[in-house]
Amino acid sequence: MSSGAAARRSTPHEFWSRNRVPVAITSIFVALFAVFIVANPAVFLRYDIYRSFMSTIPFFGILAIGVTFIVSLGEIDLSFPSVLGLSAWVFAVVSTTTNSFLFAFVLCLALGLALGLINGLLVAKVGIPSIVATIGTMFLWRGLVNVLVEGKGIALSNLEGTLWQDVTVGRIGGQVPMQFLWFVLLAAVFGFVYRRHRFGSQVLFVGDNEPSARMVGVRTDMIKIQCYVLMGGFAAAAGMFSLCEVGYFWPTQGEGMLLTTLAAVFIGGTSVFGGKGTMWGTVIGVLLIGSLEAGILSIGLTGFWVQFCYGLLITISVLVYAVMLKRNQ
Amino acid sequence: MSSPLLELRDIDLWFGRLNVLKRVSLSIHPGEIVALVGDNGAGKSSLIKVITGVHRPNRGEIRFKGEPITLHSVKKSRELGIETVYQERALADQQELWRNVFCGRELTYFGGFLDVKRQKEETRKLLREYLGFTSEAISVDSEVSVLSGGEKQGVAIARALYFNADVIMLDEPTTGLALAEQRKVLEFIREIPRKGRAAIFIDHNIFHVYDVADRFIILDKGAVAASFTREEITRDELIDRMVELHEKGAITL
Repeated sequence: MSSGAAARRSTPHEFWSRNRVPVAITSIFVALFAVFIVANPAVFLRYDIYRSFMSTIPFFGILAIGVTFIVSLGEIDLSFPSVLGLSAWVFAVVSTTTNSFLFAFVLCLALGLALGLINGLLVAKVGIPSIVATIGTMFLWRGLVNVLVEGKGIALSNLEGTLWQDVTVGRIGGQVPMQFLWFVLLAAVFGFVYRRHRFGSQVLFVGDNEPSARMVGVRTDMIKIQCYVLMGGFAAAAGMFSLCEVGYFWPTQGEGMLLTTLAAVFIGGTSVFGGKGTMWGTVIGVLLIGSLEAGILSIGLTGFWVQFCYGLLITISVLVYAVMLKRNQ
Repeated sequence: MSSPLLELRDIDLWFGRLNVLKRVSLSIHPGEIVALVGDNGAGKSSLIKVITGVHRPNRGEIRFKGEPITLHSVKKSRELGIETVYQERALADQQELWRNVFCGRELTYFGGFLDVKRQKEETRKLLREYLGFTSEAISVDSEVSVLSGGEKQGVAIARALYFNADVIMLDEPTTGLALAEQRKVLEFIREIPRKGRAAIFIDHNIFHVYDVADRFIILDKGAVAASFTREEITRDELIDRMVELHEKGAITL
């Protein structure tokens, strides 16, 4: 074919162009924390607030890792809080009856994966749009929890002082919550899988152009099912961690995490149309959402402002990304 | 003439009660470009999908390099050496070139982790050797969205050549492209036989088809209506012949 100069290597400008969404979200995060620190240095220059963030953020942070894969596919999952609830119930029942936390977690995880598989089959094989399929399973699994427990909670009275508690939600040196380390570890591993593994690469390809992915031999149905199974696993893990942190199962466990988790993923720059996202963006989105309420209160605003500020942050973020994408095109 | 690379014998394809392909037989030899022409619904795309393993024929035989084969997936046909460049351009716009070239055939370390360095090196080689890209705006890290329509088709054809495809199917590769881009794509297609490969070229545009093909097969309503070599017919005669067939009711233009 026609001769010519070799296609060149990428430039720093291209690096910026490819990474401007994560850079933008990181800048928003730094700017917001600068405002918090200036507005209330007594709170934001002390370690206590960060320890508090590290103990509460990981639960929906772990969910957000799974949601990043689902949204990158161009799909959605609304059932993960219910999967979390049902899996957590299994963990609570099995751990209190057998006294084996490991066995309880294996069953809890297996259930989460199985429920994810059901979602995956409904979406990929039966062909039900994901928003419809997962609304159905959201009510189904939450309803099942309600039927099973009849409004009653379960106290994990045997958890206190166990190795399992130390490993999952203990405090390193009395300061750093273990669940935060687990969250960082999972985000790092699955962030690597997302960008540097065949699976993650094919997830992005399917989300970007599903017919093309099929044409080049990618088993698109299988990729979708695997993502939903993964999401189920993350929901079960988040259920176990949150249960161990408070030592008590309650039937509404996980219910408040749906919108905050989705918001964190969208703020993090994962495209709602699929094919684009970063795990770094998701992590920053999680940190932003997780710290916003405390930040708002500590700068002197009342709790009535919290939802307004969430909305403002989400709207500004997606607006910035939309403008960036338009310019790129 | 050398023995055929790909041979179809009496292929029948049914979608329910609809007979989409009717006893279609054709062969393609190394170094040859065969054009499939015909109107919408003539069965061109269905035939391509049979050859690429998307549809399984209800009757007939497919032979590849003399051996009878059963194609049950796109992956299987690609493994054998049959690649397709679809009109939808099998590239994902938001992904980098190095991901696009290797999607579905990633170069990996243990456990499926991508050998990104090698994928980028090989993509760089592909852009240089097969496409001779001169554009300063393109690197292996570029998203496909920055390429023009012709360049995208070029990458899709080069990808097929890179993976040593023996037969490359081109499903309306110039559709929706500007004139200069169409010319670029035709130039890419002319290169295919020079590399010892064969191509099946589907297009509505007789002028494009005649420019690059060695043989012309006219499909109508799922059946082969006529077949000519370039020596047997001029471009105007080909057009006249199609019009003549149309007037006899054998073909709809």
